[in-house]
Amino acid sequence: MKKYDKLVRNAAGRIVPTEVNGVSQQPYMGVGKYKAVGRKYAPLIASCSDYPDDGNKTLPTLKDALIKSGLRDGMVISTHHHFRNGDIIAIQIFDIASEMGIKNLVWVPSASFECQSVLIKYLEDGTIHHIEGSMNGALGRFTSEGKMNGLGVLRSHGGRYQSIQDGEVVIDIAVIAAPTADAFGNATGDRGSAACGLLGFALADSQYANKVIVVTDNLVPFPCIPWQIQGNYVDHVVVVDKVGIPEKIVSGTTEVTKSPDRLLLAEMTAQFCDEAGIIRDGFSFQAGAGGTALSIGIYFAEILRERGMKARWARGGSNKYLVNMLEEGLLEYILDGQTFDLEGVRSMRENEGHVNSSPFTSYNYHGKGNFSSMVDVVILGATEIDVNFNGNVVTHSDGYLLHGIGGWQNCLHAKCTIIPIPLFRDRIPVIVDEVTTLCGPGDLIDVIVTERGIAINPKRTDLIEKMKNSDLPIKTIEELKAEGERICGKAAKPKLSDEIVAIVKWVDGTVLDAIRKVEK
Amino acid sequence: MEFNAVKIANTGNKGKGIRSDCFVTLELTDAGGLQIEIQSKVAVFFGDAIKKLTSSILEFFGIQNAKLLIEDTGAIDCVIMARIEAAIKMLIKTDKEYLPAMYAENIYSTTKEKNRFSRLYLPGNSPSLMLNAGIHKPNGIILDLEDAVAVDKKFEARFLVRNALRAIDFYGAERMVRINQIPKGLEDLDYIVPNNVNLILVPKCEEAEQIHTLNNRIDELKKQNNISSEIWLMPIIESAKGVMNAYQIALSASNIVAMAIGLEDYTADLGCKRTNEASESFFARSVLVNACRAAGIQPIDSVFSDIADMEALKENVLKSKALGFDGMGCIHPRQIKVIHEFFAPDITEIEKAKRIVLAFDEATAMGLGVVSLGTKMIDPPVVKRAVKTIDLAINMGKLHKDWRNEI
Repeated sequence: MKKYDKLVRNAAGRIVPTEVNGVSQQPYMGVGKYKAVGRKYAPLIASCSDYPDDGNKTLPTLKDALIKSGLRDGMVISTHHHFRNGDIIAIQIFDIASEMGIKNLVWVPSASFECQSVLIKYLEDGTIHHIEGSMNGALGRFTSEGKMNGLGVLRSHGGRYQSIQDGEVVIDIAVIAAPTADAFGNATGDRGSAACGLLGFALADSQYANKVIVVTDNLVPFPCIPWQIQGNYVDHVVVVDKVGIPEKIVSGTTEVTKSPDRLLLAEMTAQFCDEAGIIRDGFSFQAGAGGTALSIGIYFAEILRERGMKARWARGGSNKYLVNMLEEGLLEYILDGQTFDLEGVRSMRENEGHVNSSPFTSYNYHGKGNFSSMVDVVILGATEIDVNFNGNVVTHSDGYLLHGIGGWQNCLHAKCTIIPIPLFRDRIPVIVDEVTTLCGPGDLIDVIVTERGIAINPKRTDLIEKMKNSDLPIKTIEELKAEGERICGKAAKPKLSDEIVAIVKWVDGTVLDAIRKVEK
Repeated sequence: MEFNAVKIANTGNKGKGIRSDCFVTLELTDAGGLQIEIQSKVAVFFGDAIKKLTSSILEFFGIQNAKLLIEDTGAIDCVIMARIEAAIKMLIKTDKEYLPAMYAENIYSTTKEKNRFSRLYLPGNSPSLMLNAGIHKPNGIILDLEDAVAVDKKFEARFLVRNALRAIDFYGAERMVRINQIPKGLEDLDYIVPNNVNLILVPKCEEAEQIHTLNNRIDELKKQNNISSEIWLMPIIESAKGVMNAYQIALSASNIVAMAIGLEDYTADLGCKRTNEASESFFARSVLVNACRAAGIQPIDSVFSDIADMEALKENVLKSKALGFDGMGCIHPRQIKVIHEFFAPDITEIEKAKRIVLAFDEATAMGLGVVSLGTKMIDPPVVKRAVKTIDLAINMGKLHKDWRNEI
């Protein structure tokens, strides 16, 4: 099987394969242009008679559960990133598979983390054939150097739900690591020693995978309340000593930045939102997990407090800053997609206004609407932005794949998408002629805020009009690019080969771009 | 070519936390041509450009045989130039200068009366802090050659400061340099006077004579370089003796626009501890304010060193303003906003000033020589101060420039 085949130029002008790992693909056609037809994927019908009447689905070990689930060569195995860098279960799965001599598995994580870099050995020895999900850090480097046996497939959080729902990805075995569960398989993430908040990323897997295994270190008597994952979808439950490393579950990127330059970016962004009339009573917002994005929330809170207004809802990544707003009454609801710190976890247990959501409710493009397009303003990061407002989040300017898409692509559908970024990082200009990898079409990116000026997408004539008399430094994106290049110099292009190592899917399942191998 | 005793030169910084800088190791050799090695964090993008720049600098100084290693963490060109030139000048004697082009927007002058609420200290040998200093909009930036630079880095820092004055945009902030103490500081002048420095801070100033010595050298350099724009001075009083001579110092030259107090050294000189309440320096600060006011220049307060505590900074600013100071130093960009906010006139002051100015307008319109507000007569200096307050408030965005029509 060829890694990829049948190259075409898609609507974004990118050369992409229409056959990937033997599966045929639809090239990107433009925002909202591709309409999928047909019915959703359906898992096999199960019978209660095959499951114990007393509801006890526990098995002694993960290995037993994997064997019972029929683990064999070529299967598709899914895991989730609720434990972030404190995950230990994904690695155990492949240790077991390797020990059993199983080959060519496809790993479908909802995101990968640095702690999973040890899986490189299984990519090298053929236990894992390729990854569909995200390839961060060392895994990204490995992929970029063309060392993976199959082609990497990158999807957004919403795209992951969409691909599982549509049957584009058929999961053979889903392993859901849960901080608390009962023997029937009901599971929750909001309590237990490895409490991580919610388990929303595993929702699609629980609904559509052929076999579902719940692994926990905190087995409670039935019923496990709340049941974020419903036991009726679950085949086996395994109790282990330790399901994750609690102190690594809280990510390092969830503290407000102390960098004066980043705080300035946050302040400018908040001021922009204010002057553009976005901050008003009852508005909604979403900010990513980065330090700059978090700080913007703090400025929003200040403005709301000063004027006696409140936000109706915020999309999380929840963290202590959002929780403070909720508890202070500056915010009515947190619609949480993942929980970044222990305050978020606590609030989820205690506050009625702190609500679980999932990639289905928030991001799935093949649904009857989703939350992302209803958000008034979303604040995101990027590694590069080009003069057409196209954005890159997965590769660095040197071509190396280092990050996943996360919810980034999905969030672009907000009413206003703002990307605060420094004009350059260590002499590398961030605003470029053409992004190395296209992850987000410029049609959906509205405002770029840099410390040296703010560029509004010419398509947003409404915003341009509103900011006409602003004291903020409104410039064109070309002016910003020139300013960055004047300081840094014009950067040479990295040497990339024609060989493709991974593809970037758009939210509708089409292929938006291909990532090329980096020449060493 | 005339050589110095040193055979291998090191300049720049490297190691943990260092960014936007480069560490240069240069060794002159007898044969073998130029062996240039570049280890750069941004090699993919700028490796070739750095190599080209490096060769052209060596060539400019007539160096044909040398080993040069550059360990780069993303330094921009003017930083690389400064580092290499400093290394070369440690090894050979030459009067030539390899100068980055002067940014056209860096050529501006400032006025004596300019607001000097905030001036941001930047260590003179740390390029990463210089790049974005201007975006935080301090009234002034200080490239510090004195206490913020280690003794063994003083030489190379001058090149960096010179190049920064030429090729880093500080976005309209008053361009200040704190030179070393006189007489050593006189050597710094060659690097800054020809490069459009707006104001020179004179540390540990104790007597008027030091200012005369300094101005003599500045005038010589201005003549040599054909410079006509003013270079202002801000002496810093940092000792008991300096405090006693403050008024003479303030009057010693017409290009002195402000005088600052440095409390760390002053309290050390007194032999007491510096406290947040600052009662130990009350006398010195009052003397300084009084000397400055008597001489018609701006009194400027010391820095506040707890960069995490914005509430304490605010208290400090309010106290400072109450004592009569016009501004203070900052050691972190986040302090700028607080300093501006609280040195600027507050709402009560603005409202009062508005009433006075309106009363003045009315009196003028009616052809009255005397301005009165209610039953009180307003003296001309009070009107003048009110106008200044209004201008300041408009300047700081606290009052609309069209305020008369908004009432």
